[in-house]
Amino acid sequence: MKQFFIRRLLLLLPTLLGAVSLVFVLVHLIPGDPVEVMLGETATAADKEALRRSLGFDRPLLTQYRSFLLNLSSGDVGRSLYEPGSVASIIRARLPATLQLAFCAMIAAILVSFPLAMLAAIRRGGWIDRSALTFSLLGLSLPNFWLGPLLMIVFSIQLGWTPVSGRGGISHLFLPALTLGLGMAAILVRILRASVLQVIHQDYVRTARAKGLKESRVWLKHVLRNALLSVITILSLQFGGLLAGSLITETIFSWPGIGRLTVQAIQTRDYPLVQGCVLMIATSYVLINFVTDLLYKLIDPRVSYGD
Amino acid sequence: MATKLWFYIGSAILILLAACSLLAPWLAPHDPLRQNLDKDLVAYSSDHPLGTDKLGRDILSRTIYGGRISLLTGIATVLISLAIGIAAGSLSGYFGGWLDQLLMRLVDILMAFPGILLAIALTAVLGPGIDHVILALCLIGWTGYARLVRGEILSLREREFVQAARCLGCRPERIILRHLMPNLLPPLFIQATFGLAAAIVAEGSLSFLGLGVEPPTPSWGSMLNDGRQFLLVAPHLTTYPGLALMFTVLALNVVGDTLQERLQSRTP
Repeated sequence: MKQFFIRRLLLLLPTLLGAVSLVFVLVHLIPGDPVEVMLGETATAADKEALRRSLGFDRPLLTQYRSFLLNLSSGDVGRSLYEPGSVASIIRARLPATLQLAFCAMIAAILVSFPLAMLAAIRRGGWIDRSALTFSLLGLSLPNFWLGPLLMIVFSIQLGWTPVSGRGGISHLFLPALTLGLGMAAILVRILRASVLQVIHQDYVRTARAKGLKESRVWLKHVLRNALLSVITILSLQFGGLLAGSLITETIFSWPGIGRLTVQAIQTRDYPLVQGCVLMIATSYVLINFVTDLLYKLIDPRVSYGD
Repeated sequence: MATKLWFYIGSAILILLAACSLLAPWLAPHDPLRQNLDKDLVAYSSDHPLGTDKLGRDILSRTIYGGRISLLTGIATVLISLAIGIAAGSLSGYFGGWLDQLLMRLVDILMAFPGILLAIALTAVLGPGIDHVILALCLIGWTGYARLVRGEILSLREREFVQAARCLGCRPERIILRHLMPNLLPPLFIQATFGLAAAIVAEGSLSFLGLGVEPPTPSWGSMLNDGRQFLLVAPHLTTYPGLALMFTVLALNVVGDTLQERLQSRTP
């Protein structure tokens, strides 16, 4: 296990460095003078010069890269152009809202998908199975930037059951979590159903039945437990995807998280803040994948990545 | 039987979409950019069967032309990504060594980002526009094809027919193009079907955030974004582009799923 951990860590470092470098390069891809793009053409020469110096654009590219990495190692991602405080502190203030939304979306996806996938596998070929597959296909085909407004029309405007937007109690969470979680539920139904169908033909399930175990015990202890292994990977990978998906969902429902912050920063051309947000989401995604690999190995010692 | 039926329905929707996109100038009842402020936010009229938007532009015409943009972006993204992915995956899988290591680490780094995040970040710095959208989507799109091609070539390159070609003195490019590529086409075609669906949704997402096509050019994503402000008074603004987008993606997923099932059932 120790050797496996070291191998994965060695693979993680270049990937993380690559992702960080890509985020650094982003601001330098701005066509023309990045400072002029950020401040607009009407800004004075003194303002432009001051920003150029504060962002370090007056220094050679390699020096900028070195200080970017050094600052990053001490948690300094720069300062926002318009909002008070450092980028790190702005992100820290918005992070709880995004995590709350992502966790609730994941729970909603699990609550919908697990029973549906199990029933579909138990009644394979029946109407429940067909409905589950149709649900999965529809869930994968409904983009969240349409699903969100659609749910808003039905639940907030027509029925008046939930608030239209903003963050508050549980009622505020319902629609954004559903919008964000539906795609994940659709994938989980497919994976878990396929996984259960694969497991139920294994010898140990036949043996459990031959021993005379109750059917509920066979399903819960032998089938579901083993079928869940493949779901864990998808679940954590999808959680990383939820962070990225929050950009659109948070914008639709005016949810004050990292996603909305990123979109607002893009609209105001606050590139240091955009850089910080993208970096935060990308590194979380990489680290979540890393932890998933470790968890997977811990849960199922048969897993091998060529170590 | 039911799967076959869904496959035919999906294919019919795609053919219809392609025909509508090609024949848009003849099918669209109005100029999609023509404004008529006297007829803004009309829900239905004989002249505008799907209504009009806040500037009095015909929704039916804009939905038809919007399909053109979605399909154009999707196809261009898939074709360019395929070309880069096939080239990178073939070089990586066939020659191996440092080139393989270099290309696959690059793929790892790009795949370390959630795809849509990188596309949003890139279009945010490059500015809106269809060419920037295609560039951003290709940057992340080729990695999946490269992985697939590399994997397939690794499993094929020691097979007898490849060894025989090598013994006959065939050059590597001929072996890749004439002997390996025909075996790669079915899985690549299936991945391209899902890739097209993903590219159409991604273009919609970018346009929805104002980073895709520039106004007043219609796109399903930008129409949804425009309509969002009028959900209460004119829900039809979001309904029709949303339905068009959903049916297109649904059709692509159904066709892709069916083809994948067929391929898997043929694989020994």
